[in-house]
Amino acid sequence: MQKLLLLGDEALAQGALDAGLSGIYAYPGTPSTEITEFVQHSEYAREHKIHSNWSTNEKTAMEAALGMSYTGKRAMVCMKHVGLNVAADPFINSSITGANGGLIVVSADDPSMHSSQNEQDSRVYGKFALIPILEPGNQQEAYDMVRYGFDFSEKYHVPVLIRMTTRMAHSRSGVALKPPRKQNEIQMPKDLRQFVLLPAIAKKRYKKLLQDQPAFIQESEISPFNKYIDGSDKSLGIIVCGLTFNYLMENFPDRKIPFPVLKIGQYPIPRGLVERMANDCKELLVIEDGYPVVEELLKGYTSHGLKVKGRLDGTLPRDGELNPNLVAVALGFKDTFGSAVPELVVGRPPQLCSGCPHIDSYLALNEAMSEFSKGRVFADIGCYTLGALKPLEAINSCVDMGASITMAKGAADAGLVPAVAVIGDSTFTHSGMTGLLDAVNDKSPITVLILDNGTTAMTGGQDSPGHGKIENICKGVGVEEAHIRIIKPLKKHHEENVQIMKEELNYSGVSVIIPRRECVVAVNKRMREKFKNK
Amino acid sequence: MKKDIILAGVGGQGIISIASIIGFAALEQGMYLKQSEVHGMSQRGGDVMSNLRISEQEIASDLIPFGQADMIISIEPMESLRYLPYLSQEGWVITNTQPFNNIPNYPDLDKVIAEIVNIPHHIVLDADTAAKETGSPKVANIVILGAASPFLGMTYEKLENAIRHIFGRKGEEVIELNLKALKAGRVFAEKQM
Repeated sequence: MQKLLLLGDEALAQGALDAGLSGIYAYPGTPSTEITEFVQHSEYAREHKIHSNWSTNEKTAMEAALGMSYTGKRAMVCMKHVGLNVAADPFINSSITGANGGLIVVSADDPSMHSSQNEQDSRVYGKFALIPILEPGNQQEAYDMVRYGFDFSEKYHVPVLIRMTTRMAHSRSGVALKPPRKQNEIQMPKDLRQFVLLPAIAKKRYKKLLQDQPAFIQESEISPFNKYIDGSDKSLGIIVCGLTFNYLMENFPDRKIPFPVLKIGQYPIPRGLVERMANDCKELLVIEDGYPVVEELLKGYTSHGLKVKGRLDGTLPRDGELNPNLVAVALGFKDTFGSAVPELVVGRPPQLCSGCPHIDSYLALNEAMSEFSKGRVFADIGCYTLGALKPLEAINSCVDMGASITMAKGAADAGLVPAVAVIGDSTFTHSGMTGLLDAVNDKSPITVLILDNGTTAMTGGQDSPGHGKIENICKGVGVEEAHIRIIKPLKKHHEENVQIMKEELNYSGVSVIIPRRECVVAVNKRMREKFKNK
Repeated sequence: MKKDIILAGVGGQGIISIASIIGFAALEQGMYLKQSEVHGMSQRGGDVMSNLRISEQEIASDLIPFGQADMIISIEPMESLRYLPYLSQEGWVITNTQPFNNIPNYPDLDKVIAEIVNIPHHIVLDADTAAKETGSPKVANIVILGAASPFLGMTYEKLENAIRHIFGRKGEEVIELNLKALKAGRVFAEKQM
């Protein structure tokens, strides 16, 4: 059998290609980016005309995927966990419209916040939307679950959520492939009003979703991804979700566990299997990465004497990514540890690359702002968030995509003048444009720096959807042309750039400064490719 | 046979290449493999590490438990120390002695090296200089891989084949350069063992 060495993300992508995908939609976000990139680099995808261009944000991606599903073709939409917040409106409503062609939503969580603002658990969203969730425990399952998910989605006409975690997404292992199958032909929904969520129709659709819930639970009972492995020692029953099964097994070198184990890879949780375990075992241990979703469900308000251990009672830590050692301690096993990190070892935080245009933008901004009190710069999500750290310490906020402009506006409304927003070009088109319109309509005295490096840099240099359109967007939104200033962030222009910033800080309306210089990593990549093609 | 390896360095130093080469060689040998790597924010000049596990038996966890790694392979001296909690009592540290100094408070290098040679099993070498002598400073990571090669539980030829495969698209010159770098590291390790 052919085995490919794939990241969890790549296994999903390969699984989708082989399962007859017609289009993948996404905005880059760690740890989900590689799914879409894999499809973009796939010759098979090119030959079969599978859509894979980046979307402007997760909401537009989710809606486009829903549109493709509407036509009867299979679509997948991928995002990092906080991206699902952006796409939440179409995501939740897609459970009411239902799907036509198979529709899979991939949300990649980041327990321990390796590269994120929070560690929210996408399974809560799946439950919120009342749709099935698949959570792979290894790369092979990631591959298999996509085909299974598409089939499920087409059987019940419901979108299916695949929940990834950073570890699953960015861990590599061998995957056996199945023969690829064809894409669906266009086949319109049987009921052309299925997707019209007027209250009268939405009520019917919602009832259908509710009526399907028992079937979803029944599917979970017999799912190949939910396994009950019996054990003779009934003093403890162990429920593991997704990848945490591996951490449990790691603690049993002969791979034989004396306790009954329920491995969950498909939700809603298989009620019958859980009840069997609760009846058989004296107490339960729930091991899950992210929030205590299953644990809370089992504990309920009155657990009728059933003892459930996990993240809520301190058996496992309440936050952060799990690992084999934490599971060992939860099982009462002896922990292992090498030796302590010597005291002389210091932290090495990530930082802006040498030669990065953001450094010059921030140096100019810091100087222009030096005559005002501190704490006036609202920033956003991207490489430039690193400007919060030493030595620049140039920014005072980073909340969510686009929040720089609207937070600066709110602060200016409150009387903090000048207030400054710092946002990247890709983040600006993702979610900054609408906020800029608010500011223009209110004539808010804010200065917006759109750091235009021509790429979505933090996630590895993907296309920036607004490339070449930034100043026109600002004009279109209504920013006065005289207050749209384009500067080149270079040392030799420092004085001039400071002067321009000072002028715009003094203007009591919306002004936009666009420091424009290509990302140095992107330049290097471009040069390498040019050299290679010669 | 089972080897649990922590690969360490600073973003951009090439630990993923090392992982790919060992991984390819392991798969060619019919072994199981799990490798967990770092993407995203932490890559930007920050410390990076990768868990690489190869085994003749199926592997459970993607993460190596603390205190159970067979070796730490590091392209940067201070970074090799950051992962000592993972190293088993019998484990080896194979590291470059040349610092990647992109922080204002980098500790005294002599003290860093003193900590490393204090570890019972270690191979320390100036991979940067060895790489330059080989022909390019870029192959320091492969020199380190060469120095680690006696401990990987696979034949040297398997690693050479993996290099030919992994760098295949980049042309014969690049392959030869990397093979020379591998050899330089190997020869050094054999002298130190």
